[in-house]
Amino acid sequence: MTWTLFALQALNGVQFGLILFLIAAGLTLVFGVMDFINLAHGVQYMVGAYLTAAFAAWTGSFGTALLLALPSALAFGLLLEALVFRHLYDRDHLDQVLATFGIIIFLNEAVRVVWGAAPLGVPVPDILSGSIPIGGLNYPVYRLAIIAAGLGVAGLLYGIVGHTRIGMLVRAGATNAPMVSALGVNIRLLFTVVFGFGAMLAGFAGAMVAPILSVEPGMGDNVLILAFVVIVIGGIGSVRGAFLGAILVGLVDTLGRFFAPTLLRFVLDPSAASQTGRAIAPMLIYILMAATLFVKPSGLFPAKR
Amino acid sequence: MAAATPAIRSPTASPRDWLVPLVLFALLAAVPLLAKLGPEGFILSLMTRVVVVALAAMSLDLLIGYGGLVSFGHAAFLGIGAYAVGILSSHGIEEAGPQLAAAIGGSVLFALASGVIALRTQGVYFIMITLAFGQMLFFLATALSGYGGDDGMTLPGRSLLFDRPWLKGDAALYWVSLAVLGAAYLGLRRVTASRFGRVLRGLKENEIRMEAVGFEAFRYRLVAYALAGAVAGVAGFLLANLSGFVSPAVMSWQRSGDLIFVVVLGGLGSLHGAILGAAAFLLAEEVLSHYLEHWRLVFGPLLVLAVLFARGGLVGIGRGRGA
Repeated sequence: MTWTLFALQALNGVQFGLILFLIAAGLTLVFGVMDFINLAHGVQYMVGAYLTAAFAAWTGSFGTALLLALPSALAFGLLLEALVFRHLYDRDHLDQVLATFGIIIFLNEAVRVVWGAAPLGVPVPDILSGSIPIGGLNYPVYRLAIIAAGLGVAGLLYGIVGHTRIGMLVRAGATNAPMVSALGVNIRLLFTVVFGFGAMLAGFAGAMVAPILSVEPGMGDNVLILAFVVIVIGGIGSVRGAFLGAILVGLVDTLGRFFAPTLLRFVLDPSAASQTGRAIAPMLIYILMAATLFVKPSGLFPAKR
Repeated sequence: MAAATPAIRSPTASPRDWLVPLVLFALLAAVPLLAKLGPEGFILSLMTRVVVVALAAMSLDLLIGYGGLVSFGHAAFLGIGAYAVGILSSHGIEEAGPQLAAAIGGSVLFALASGVIALRTQGVYFIMITLAFGQMLFFLATALSGYGGDDGMTLPGRSLLFDRPWLKGDAALYWVSLAVLGAAYLGLRRVTASRFGRVLRGLKENEIRMEAVGFEAFRYRLVAYALAGAVAGVAGFLLANLSGFVSPAVMSWQRSGDLIFVVVLGGLGSLHGAILGAAAFLLAEEVLSHYLEHWRLVFGPLLVLAVLFARGGLVGIGRGRGA
């Protein structure tokens, strides 16, 4: 029984990790290739979720909503890039942090104006609404679908980044952007492509979680911080690092929240154990990050040399 | 990196260097008199917040403007100072002395412990690891269910000075805060003009060269980190007394972002820029939120525009470009 519970929690952890990966992949590429800190990446996840909610309410079908939301998220990302981010590539990190922080403030308020402060719900699509028994307990199919979609995107990214010409340019850009530019590649165009792609991935993540989380203003903020933890652990600019980091963070966070109170019961009395456990659990990933950086100051798989 | 950071002026500069800070402090000193013309309590509490935020931002300027260390977790020290007041007074210790000692001691300890790890990293990794430490403390505070947990706790009253409620009046708290800000300004000005400050700036400009000359970067930076933490801890002490309330929200990562913005808006590497930045930031927020329900729709783009066009911060405007 405990092992089944552990397995289900591990599945939840992997699912959470894959969502984080979808966000972190775009973040790490933008960061790695353009040396650009985009705090507003989290709001792109939020915008993806809101677009899906709006399109789902309009068309009545989650599938159609997803198909409409993805290009919209892409277009939105490209619009932001053209309006603001393009002017920030040459600035230092401090300016980038501040300007994108301003965009977070604006967009969080903008969705509040358009859709209201109350959380929106998106119904789980009918085909994926059931649950299947795993070792005597039921596990929702939709979460398995998220895992499948996440793994699919990870595989796709692996193929694109590792085995295509554009992927080669992206990897080269992450290692040494000025050199790639000197070799005659239109680096600005590459930036825009990477940026739009990253925005779309974050929007996809938002769309996928819309049926299981409440869609509300500010939902991207905490996810953004987690995504940064992921790419810092994985090594900035490395998609492989982002994948491993995301799974690691997802598992540690989910299992920590679940098992810390239980494990502490061996040394503390039950009420104190559940209290301390709940206290320690959210800190675990930050401890993991600090420990990783202590051992490897540029993350597990640094792309820059 | 050099693009957005204004050239730091040499410490042995003209009397003009004293002019702007003097005017600023004179204006701040006139506030209690001017407040009598309007809603006194409101103006005093708003301006006390300006002073307290300026104090915290000034300490961050030591790190960012002089040390080149972009800390994204500076609000943690505000939280330590605030919780020192909250926790001690909930145990009946309402005397300012021990509370301040706990605020400063806690901040220095946290700065040393987290600095030892954070200062091993550089650039973006430093930004992120300071953020991580700030988040750790944030979650620790939300878990302190004995002290309000998520919701925070209301303080029984302001801290006592020598067993007397001298901080009780709004004007009194304002004067104390202003005095602390003045002392911090003079102190930090001395520090940044000293040999220590020059080494710190040298490390910002060129670490390899400084190491080659024989300065150990790590030690100087750690001391600067602890000093900045201590000053911000005092700001946290004042903040708790001002709001009469302590909650984890004091040290959320958005507050750290606000502090960075205040410093950059005011102008990096000038110390008194933090005062300008804090005043502009809080007054803009106050005015906008008074007239507009969705004031953030204006505030966010203002931030973006400030970054894009007001290079060098408010301090740089009077000085002119490239001065």
